Amino acid sequence: MIKKITRQLEFDRDLVLADARKEIARRLEQPARRSFLRRSLTLGGLSLLSGCAITDENSVETALMQVSRFNDKVQGWLFDSTRLAPTYPDSMITRPFPFNAYYGEDEIREIEEEGYRLEVTGLVADKRTWTLAELRAMPQTDQVTRHICVEGWSAIGKWGGVPFADFLRRVGADLSAKYVGFKCADDYYTSIDMPTALHPQTLLTLTYDSQPLPPRYGFPMKLRMPTKLGYKNPKHIQAIFVTNTYPGGYWEDQGYNWFGGS
Amino acid sequence: MANGTDLIHPLWVRITHWVNAVAVVIMAMSGWRIYDASPFFPFAIPAEFTLGGWLGGAIQWHFAAMWVLVGNGLIYLGGNVIGGRLRHKFFPWSPRAFLADVLAALKGKLEHADLSHYNMVQRAAYLFVMLDSILLVLSGLVLWKSVQFPILRELLGGYEAARREHFLAMAALVGFVGIHLVMVALVPRTLLAMIRGR
Repeated sequence: MIKKITRQLEFDRDLVLADARKEIARRLEQPARRSFLRRSLTLGGLSLLSGCAITDENSVETALMQVSRFNDKVQGWLFDSTRLAPTYPDSMITRPFPFNAYYGEDEIREIEEEGYRLEVTGLVADKRTWTLAELRAMPQTDQVTRHICVEGWSAIGKWGGVPFADFLRRVGADLSAKYVGFKCADDYYTSIDMPTALHPQTLLTLTYDSQPLPPRYGFPMKLRMPTKLGYKNPKHIQAIFVTNTYPGGYWEDQGYNWFGGS
Repeated sequence: MANGTDLIHPLWVRITHWVNAVAVVIMAMSGWRIYDASPFFPFAIPAEFTLGGWLGGAIQWHFAAMWVLVGNGLIYLGGNVIGGRLRHKFFPWSPRAFLADVLAALKGKLEHADLSHYNMVQRAAYLFVMLDSILLVLSGLVLWKSVQFPILRELLGGYEAARREHFLAMAALVGFVGIHLVMVALVPRTLLAMIRGR
């Protein structure tokens, strides 16, 4: 009798196990079919395992965004302004260097040198505008560094121009301010932290491969930072401003990490 | 043999195991979406197996779950090393005994009556997955902060090499999980042991 009950229990247990496996399989299958927001919801199935019930998609998005902000802080803390990105010989330059923007190659902006003026505003002593000739008159340097895209690929290029720290000092920027923001002729915008702005390899870039920056790489000027991902490097810059108010960015406002540094 | 009062897996092992399982699923699925943004092998991961929807969403998941994976992993490894569990459960390790156990396993004769004792194949598999996870984290650090960790970056052969190492370490981990799940299906008591402790 006892033996029979034990066997019965074992049989039930196997059934229960089989049911549970089926249930788990179904839950694991579901999130795969859904888009990001919906998927966050079904991930509730997974998060049940960790004991926190995620009930609406907004709370997931908010939580992920908060972690991203936390990651900004960690990266700011990890960032060592004396640590240099590796440099390479000219022979290692990637040819052709890939074009990348939030629009296609057929929409590249052509900016005329004639009427171009760089605006400098915000927490700076000297708020005047700059012509390209004035920028070219400042001491120049160049670098062959690796451009790393948020998509994962990387390419080595050669950029030349004015060390951004020199420029910021020249315009009397408040170097204790938190952010430097950029507005671009292609309606792109982004912002960076002051320590990165002052990094020795951060370059107000006027040339690519020793030639004036072509439109596809951001004529008349881009900011090149080998310590940050590609989307942090604005092209066709029209205005630079120094501020303590978080300016965000084109991709950053959609969810890319703000610090975006390597 | 574990009796009624002896735990096969102490509570902290069970908790870290399941937290790790969730973190690994999130890391793998979001990582596949990140890989798909610019695949370096001639294939992409089908979108239905990925997490995050678009690249930005996948990166948010990946860089949130990484804290869970690393924090939990440190607790697990720390607990194993400090408590002597690592030495006790996963060592000694002998290549000859390992081969013998592999042969026995292939013949379907590998004993698994005592769940608290790991045979050589299990020891090898669990030690491998620990080392593989460490490689995953270190190569991930190089991808995230290649300028800030120059020694690590050079040890792994640079940024582009680290990308591939990160992917291959992921593939090895997924391979482990596949075998692990098959083994659990063959000996379902192990699942109960990892839930109830015995």
